[in-house]
Amino acid sequence: MTTILLIEQILNGLQSGIMLFLMAAGLTLIFGVMGLINLAHGSLYMVGAFAAAAVAAATGSFALGLVAALIAAAAAGALIELVVIRRLYDRDHLDQVLATFALILVFSEGTRWLFGSFPLYLDVPAALSGPVTLPGGILYPAYRLLIIGVGLLIAVGLFALIARTRIGIQIRAGEADREMIAALGVDISKLYTLVFALGAALAGLAGAMVGAIQSVQVGMGEPVLILAFVVIVIGGIGSIKGALVGALLVGLTDTLGGVLLPLGFGAFMDQSAATSIGSALASMSIYILMAGVLLFKPTGLFGEG
Amino acid sequence: MKFKSLIAAASIAALSAGSAWADAHMDKVKVGMITTLSGGGAGLGIDVRDGFMLAAKMAGNENLEVVVEDDQRKPDIAVQLADKMVQSEKVDVLTGIIWSNLAMAVVPAVTAQGKFYLSPNAGPSALAGKGCSPNYFNVSWQNDAFNEAAAMWANDNDVKNVFLMAPNYPAGQDMIAGFKRFYEGDIAAEVYTKLGQTDYAAEIAQMRASDADTIYFFLPGGMGISFMKQYAGSGVDKAVMGPAFSFDQGILGAIGDAALGVKNTSHWSKDIDNAANKTFVEEFQKEYGRLPSLYAAQGYDTANLLLSAMEKASVTDADAFRAALKEADFESVRGKFRFAENHHPIHDIFMREVVKEGDVVTNKIIGTAAADHQDAYGGDCKM
Repeated sequence: MTTILLIEQILNGLQSGIMLFLMAAGLTLIFGVMGLINLAHGSLYMVGAFAAAAVAAATGSFALGLVAALIAAAAAGALIELVVIRRLYDRDHLDQVLATFALILVFSEGTRWLFGSFPLYLDVPAALSGPVTLPGGILYPAYRLLIIGVGLLIAVGLFALIARTRIGIQIRAGEADREMIAALGVDISKLYTLVFALGAALAGLAGAMVGAIQSVQVGMGEPVLILAFVVIVIGGIGSIKGALVGALLVGLTDTLGGVLLPLGFGAFMDQSAATSIGSALASMSIYILMAGVLLFKPTGLFGEG
Repeated sequence: MKFKSLIAAASIAALSAGSAWADAHMDKVKVGMITTLSGGGAGLGIDVRDGFMLAAKMAGNENLEVVVEDDQRKPDIAVQLADKMVQSEKVDVLTGIIWSNLAMAVVPAVTAQGKFYLSPNAGPSALAGKGCSPNYFNVSWQNDAFNEAAAMWANDNDVKNVFLMAPNYPAGQDMIAGFKRFYEGDIAAEVYTKLGQTDYAAEIAQMRASDADTIYFFLPGGMGISFMKQYAGSGVDKAVMGPAFSFDQGILGAIGDAALGVKNTSHWSKDIDNAANKTFVEEFQKEYGRLPSLYAAQGYDTANLLLSAMEKASVTDADAFRAALKEADFESVRGKFRFAENHHPIHDIFMREVVKEGDVVTNKIIGTAAADHQDAYGGDCKM
């Protein structure tokens, strides 16, 4: 394997990690602040992708599609928070899982009812559709570079929001002690709706951006949801920093594992056996990573007791 | 009083309808269709159902009754539905299953109970070889067929070095094995991806670095859409080939221009020049307002095969009905069609190319990849 190929694969791992971060950030924020396990987070990702595809098809503008994805996912998030989620904060985690699983089914069938059963068309804007040449002669798709850039910007923005703004202080205070900040006069239910909508908007943005290079179809959110849960378990539940580090670790492990493991086994065994053993191990690699992290830090890398 | 007489009138009507139904039941055929109508693969099941129903409607045969149920792509649910259809609905014929793993869960059980099963999609090798059954008829294809034909076409068309890719599950391995059975050139790499994988950046980078001249892949449904969009954006300019599943009409709309120029093998295409196919394509568009897919064509052929057998024999006489099915005396939309001894099709497999007709991305036949193709498992079938 050449250095160029290795660098390209590392970029691929970074890019998939950044996309996972957008999903995981919302999930971990919602869990950290409200103590809620939201299985329907993948549905919000799907809502973003469908909204982007529908608006981009109607207007011909990908940028408007992204805006629509943010708005639609945030609105859907706020709506389910007001109607359903709000009643679940004091309930058992099992009740939350059950109710949000029901939401997945409602969203999936609702989307099918609105858009039909066939995948929708959403493509990257023409200006970004080709590859660009990076230093060292690496050809890399321009759109994927954009994804890395946007993801990093959002990560920085999110850290600034949490660390430097009044809302950020309230969110952190809500994590620490929800009765206390309610007693101090913060409207806790409004804060919860806001955090939920913010998490939903991030998921919707991820769905729309990824939808342009993947398939916009019903049920697209669930595989990503599972990975996002792996990310927040590795990073430590409730920690944004953990979500970022966890997402990058998972993205890199997943991508490089799939490439390097079959190659590695090929060094000392028959190529077709190496391919099948390597591929099988690669599918497990992120879960092995998760188990390894939990062995040494049971609360995740940045989790608190 | 008024209410009571209404009930009386309704029950009389129901009774008379019931007796009329009983009279006609001699030649009636009740079909149980178990197919996927919700979840990720719903587009395929919907097309099979719509194609089947279109043929039934056009034939206008009142003796054909169809019960449709959704298996949600889950083997356990498919088994429950099959039990329900056999035990309480008392169907004579079952059909509709899309996926090989569901077919393996349902078909052996229902054929053992003396019911007929007509497969409108999926042809696992087990059912073509050792596990074949006199009551099982495959109207679509054996799983390896498109891949074997693609390999023959590759041998004849100067493909020297291929990069093989499929998901790491039994159907994926079968497809690649089918291709390798006939392919004579070099293989640059053989990559198995995760089932349901959505990002192919790592594999595309390997393709770029390899010295293959052609990419051959099998990635059904959303996986194929993702791969093709990402491949088009990567700037890798190797030729792309595969079985038709990733380039079907339901999927092409979502891939768009990124699929143009891709070669794919299929037993059916909307431009096959015969009267049955022209009627089918026209009527399907008129009825449903979209272009038919190969799944719709298979559903349509399945219904027409059944109708042709109903003309010749009563389903109550299983041996005569089986012989009538075996004759396959119907106009297949794919042109030539007959059953081999293992009740799997002998038919031509075509090479198609993805082209743009006006604004619509669709397929065009560019040649025959394998004439009178028959599956490789018939020898193991003892019935």
